[in-house]
Amino acid sequence: MRPVAVLGIGQTAVGEHWERSLRDLATQAGLAAMRDAGLEHVQAVFVGNMLSGLLTRQENLGALVADWLGQRPAEAFKVEAACASGAAAFRVAHMAVSSGEVDVALAVGVEKMTDTTSGETTAALATASDADYELVHGVTFVGLNALVMRRYLHEFGWKHTDFAPFSINAHANGARNPNARLQEPISERDYTRARMVCDPINLLDASPIGDGAAAAVLVPAERAYDRPRARVLVAGSASATDTLAVHDRKDPLFLSAAHHSARKAYAQAGLEPSQIDFFELHDAFSIMSALSLEACGFAERGQGPRLGLEGRIRLQQALPISTQGGLKARGHPVGATGMYQLVEVVQQLRGEAGPNQLDRARVGMAQNIGGSGAMIATHILRVA
Amino acid sequence: MDIPRNWRLRTQRYALVGEECDHCHSKIFPPRDICPDCGLEAKAHYAFSGKGEIYSFTVVHDPPTGYEDQAPYAIALVKLEEGPIVTAQLTDVDSAQVAIGMPVEMVTRKLRAEGEEGVIHYGYKFRPTLARA
Repeated sequence: MRPVAVLGIGQTAVGEHWERSLRDLATQAGLAAMRDAGLEHVQAVFVGNMLSGLLTRQENLGALVADWLGQRPAEAFKVEAACASGAAAFRVAHMAVSSGEVDVALAVGVEKMTDTTSGETTAALATASDADYELVHGVTFVGLNALVMRRYLHEFGWKHTDFAPFSINAHANGARNPNARLQEPISERDYTRARMVCDPINLLDASPIGDGAAAAVLVPAERAYDRPRARVLVAGSASATDTLAVHDRKDPLFLSAAHHSARKAYAQAGLEPSQIDFFELHDAFSIMSALSLEACGFAERGQGPRLGLEGRIRLQQALPISTQGGLKARGHPVGATGMYQLVEVVQQLRGEAGPNQLDRARVGMAQNIGGSGAMIATHILRVA
Repeated sequence: MDIPRNWRLRTQRYALVGEECDHCHSKIFPPRDICPDCGLEAKAHYAFSGKGEIYSFTVVHDPPTGYEDQAPYAIALVKLEEGPIVTAQLTDVDSAQVAIGMPVEMVTRKLRAEGEEGVIHYGYKFRPTLARA
């Protein structure tokens, strides 16, 4: 195993890209990352995507994207892990480079979600759950999260408004990110008055879908020395699984795959949670922010909302989260989301995060959740 | 469409048949080859009583394609008396009356229909436990 660096990053804005297709988006982000790395060729392309088969009726994305990037005959294939597809593609690229098999790998996360009706997109997203035992009952993804959130409120005694800081923080940061889908700050009053989507989850608990792509070039660490900007190393890379269905978990309020993948990543990096400067977490729903903070050791069980209420998640505070808007405001183009998180971590570490730049950004963590917690990938990046 | 796929699940869907692990005696639903509790092989059929209580619930207003006719509908995690939790719709109840801890029982209902001439899929839903007459 050899150390791996992120040499280049690229992204499109998250939005409704009526004029651009799945392949256009992937190509745009991929080329941006290669340009940023100063490279014209890569040896392998790993494409993170969840829904191309269902929403675009296009599979074999590895070959498609490699072809459109002008990278034939590079090795290329798609990596799928529901909403964690992006980080899964990054993880495969990391394994390829750290093993010594590949010297230059490109990981691209891409999703095209706005060509279809909202019912079709909702049904497609629900395929991340258990088709025979959850989906057949008319469960939606927001519905599953609502079931978890209601039980969480019941067991730990929090009020719905105690989750407002997660949403307010994400929107405040997203308002200063030109690539964010939602660039409007919100108030606590907005949060409490938002339309109920699936009780207790309202519109401002839920992240918006969108079209988008983000990409990164991974190389052996020694290849990244002669660059003017900060060198970003992958200090920890791990993923873990839990039961596919929420109902099969002994404790549906604990993200055990987040716990296991974070613990592995901490061990690889030789770090404790207290040494993480900022955390791009998977705030697809505000309840997931709380569960992720708890599973990763930043909060005691049942105490995740406290970090928000105490203001510790904001920029320049103890543990900034969703520094470019998170899923909540940057948007959640599902299979691309994990790559957006990693690209944003690199931006912070390089000092290229614009108005959202953190003063202290030496070690950043990203966590991407697939399904309702069934597959979770955790990465720790640091400057070195 | 999907006729064999749904036919294969008939005992689970119509009668809540799962398994009991020969090794740790855990009750398992849905049935699977490996006991999720002890990791050993599970093979013995076990019919659940269909009695349980609400572990959590919500109401779906924005349904996926194929469920539009039913919306809004209440969905619950039901903790069965024997231990496992299942996901299912609630029926025969005003969703404003549903609460965590409410006793419920399984009934067989229409899960979805595939259009005017398509297959109708039946399976378990749960309703508030009826008082004995």
